[in-house]
Amino acid sequence: MEGLTLSEAEQRYYCDLFSYCDTESTKKVASNGRVLELFRAAQLPADVVMQIMELCGATRLGYFGRSQFYIALKLVAVAQSGLPLRVESLNTVKDLPLPRFVVSKNEQESRHTASYASDADNPASYSGVIPPPPGRVQAKKGSVSHDAVQQRTSTDQESTSPVVSPQQSPPTSPHTWRKHNRHPSGGNNERPLAGPGPFWAPFSEAQPGSSAAGDPIWSGHSPPPHQENWVSFADTPPTSTLLAMHPASVQDQTTVRTVASATTANEIRRQSSSYDDPWKITDEQRQYYVNQFKTIQPDLNGFIPGSAAKEFFTKSKLPILELSHIWELSDFDKDGALTLDEFCAAFHLVVARKNGYDLPEKLPESLMPKLIDLEDSAEVGDQAGEVGYSSSPAEAPPSKSPSMPSLNQTWPELNQSSEDTAIVHPVPIRMTPSKIHMQEMELKRTGSDHTNPTSPLLVKPADLSEENKISSSVKFVPGNTVADGYSSSDSYTSDPEQIGSTVTRQRSHSGTSPDNTAPPPPPPRPHPSHSRSSSLDMNRSFTVTPGQQQAGVVAYPPAVPPRPQPSQGTGPHVHRPVDAEGLIAHTSTSPQQIPEQPNFADFSQFEAFAASGVNEEEEDEIETHPDVLQAEKPSDSASSLRAAKTEGRVEDKAATSVPNNTGKGTTPLAPPPKPIRRRLKSEDELRPEVEEHTQKTGVIAAVLASQPSIPRSVGKDKKAIQASIRRNKETNTVLARLNSELQQQLKDVLEERISLEVQLEQLRPFSHL
Amino acid sequence: MERIALLSPVCSPRLQNYPLYIRSVPTENELKFHYTVHTSLDVVDEKISAMGKALVDQRELYLGLLYPTEDYKVYGYVTNSKVKFVMVVDSSNTALRDNEIRSMFRKLHNSYTDIMCNPFYNPGDCIHSRAFDNMVTSMMMQYVK
Repeated sequence: MEGLTLSEAEQRYYCDLFSYCDTESTKKVASNGRVLELFRAAQLPADVVMQIMELCGATRLGYFGRSQFYIALKLVAVAQSGLPLRVESLNTVKDLPLPRFVVSKNEQESRHTASYASDADNPASYSGVIPPPPGRVQAKKGSVSHDAVQQRTSTDQESTSPVVSPQQSPPTSPHTWRKHNRHPSGGNNERPLAGPGPFWAPFSEAQPGSSAAGDPIWSGHSPPPHQENWVSFADTPPTSTLLAMHPASVQDQTTVRTVASATTANEIRRQSSSYDDPWKITDEQRQYYVNQFKTIQPDLNGFIPGSAAKEFFTKSKLPILELSHIWELSDFDKDGALTLDEFCAAFHLVVARKNGYDLPEKLPESLMPKLIDLEDSAEVGDQAGEVGYSSSPAEAPPSKSPSMPSLNQTWPELNQSSEDTAIVHPVPIRMTPSKIHMQEMELKRTGSDHTNPTSPLLVKPADLSEENKISSSVKFVPGNTVADGYSSSDSYTSDPEQIGSTVTRQRSHSGTSPDNTAPPPPPPRPHPSHSRSSSLDMNRSFTVTPGQQQAGVVAYPPAVPPRPQPSQGTGPHVHRPVDAEGLIAHTSTSPQQIPEQPNFADFSQFEAFAASGVNEEEEDEIETHPDVLQAEKPSDSASSLRAAKTEGRVEDKAATSVPNNTGKGTTPLAPPPKPIRRRLKSEDELRPEVEEHTQKTGVIAAVLASQPSIPRSVGKDKKAIQASIRRNKETNTVLARLNSELQQQLKDVLEERISLEVQLEQLRPFSHL
Repeated sequence: MERIALLSPVCSPRLQNYPLYIRSVPTENELKFHYTVHTSLDVVDEKISAMGKALVDQRELYLGLLYPTEDYKVYGYVTNSKVKFVMVVDSSNTALRDNEIRSMFRKLHNSYTDIMCNPFYNPGDCIHSRAFDNMVTSMMMQYVK
């Protein structure tokens, strides 16, 4: 057998193991029984064990001498690493992990080993150890002097643990627990635990991520099984612990035999401490965490923003993935910031992780915010068993689930107010239906435009409401309560569009709104019978009193603009876009203007008129109207038509005929559309205006007719020509103004068209669904 | 059979959609699902651009059924940050209704925002969050029996 070179660690380890097996204290031969036990504990297949024994020469010799024993141990390590068993591998394999032995005497241990085996696949073993699963678990039983070890451990750990900033009080409780768990489950199980002691020291050099460590994994099997899952940590043993253990274990070697009473004492102690929550934060730890919190955020009731916390915890040099997981566990309300409780939990997890504990899948009960320092032995058992979110306390994320996945800034606040678990009932989404409705209505209105050009009743209100929609005017045409009904509902939905896109988007979600206002009542259902802007509603509009003007739709939080109800007193006048109204009305009036125009040229009528002298009278009467209307035109305020008319009449009656004459020339052309433009409330009003209109045409004819009559008198030729020129210029200006108004109308119609197209585009995707 | 894929478009340099997270239950035919998800991206993009003419605010996040094939149906969902969720479900699973799909997407979106809250998560990284995995698993188990 060739010489076997062992590393110092191996040397020590093997020495210890040999001593363990050397039951007869011969220092030369390891008892076969013990060796076999040991090999069994290595959890290798029987044939592998046979092979090892053969290779090491024990079969040849019949006993395990020291060298054979060492060779065997090395081969065990080789086998456990999955390498083929070769004699050459003894010396050639570098960095071989130390052989691991599982002492599975205890029922709990075996169960625990099984659980460890299953947990071996746990990707959470960040330590980077790649041990073969069966050999992973090592029940290091052991040393009796737990307390002494503890104290030393804690003090040493303080000084050498490379944890976040000056850590004065490392979590002692987990270590307390840990030591307790190293209980000897049997006399002969103690020895192996001592074994790892010596080689922990060298491990401290290669600590971070050292996979060569034959990890002394302490099994938490002794405490109630609930701790199994999250206890299975692959230890990257903290340096100080190892250093502390080393001298301790040396002592232990000598005292290990005197176990019995100490064992029971330890067991008792272990059992009592095992019911302590290992994740419990002690007071001094908490104080330390609080101090650290203060360094970042002086206000203890405040939050640490995510970025600051990230920097802070990055200093602990844990991998980002682990830190990410710690964050997920500790940020309870998922707000991207840490409260004091959350921070302590996170800190505690970081510390635990640094000391080799695996991170739990779920936040331990004791670390949950507002539950820290809760002695909960009963609940500790629940840690492992619970799955998913079922065990989360009421304030957990389920409070967030009713909220929609809104990306607005409001949702973090919603989550933070974890008391607000009230589920906001879904706000009925009116976007789509009302949009369709809007479109419907507009289509109908445009249809009505085309179909009823001469019906001012239908056209004008429709025009107005269209234009209101288009121009996003707040006020509504009183002429059409149908439009109002829709407009109010549509404005309800369209106002959010204008006001806050976020609101709209939210409503398109699950329906819950982060608005703190009470969910508004659904808009009034549009009455299908009123879908047409029919004149039926005109009657309704008349019945509405002016007092309702402001009442409108007060119920809606987004201030639906007050619905100026139509009344006979207040005309359709206007609201703001009076000119627009007028211009739009031009479309309706244009057909009416057309018949007028031929009248312009119809001078013969005017001649007849001129001849009669009825002109004067009619002109007087008619003048009042043009003047009235002219007065009305500039008036933007909601002045009643009749009031203006009466005023105009009063004023005009006092006017002289001369200015009226000139006025006549200018006004007749402009005013003719006016009576039509006005939103007529009753047909009664319309009729007289129609009459006025016809009279106006007569006036125009009269005016124009006067021109040809002028050149008759030779003496007045020049003057007449000049007068006619002047008049022509005036008509020019009037026509030009008309033209501009028509252009404006055209623009408005084009806008309508564009908006309709836009809406069509919006609605097109819905056709896909 | 169900499959959930989270894809994120990279707004800049690459301008490609790459998956942040793909999960499939059961796990066979994964490649086929990968392919399906990628082809459905075109449909998603088309839907986004179709609605893009209108105000972005009015765009629905739930894209609905992207397209059905004989074997499976593909549903899409896109967040405001243009992260796309694609879900492929078996056509034989007729119990899954639109509302359920919507709620699943909502849950996904919630979990995704939770991940975003994590300062240690860089947007664009693949998602390794255990909480997210758990949520997805439980969701798939719940709906896909």
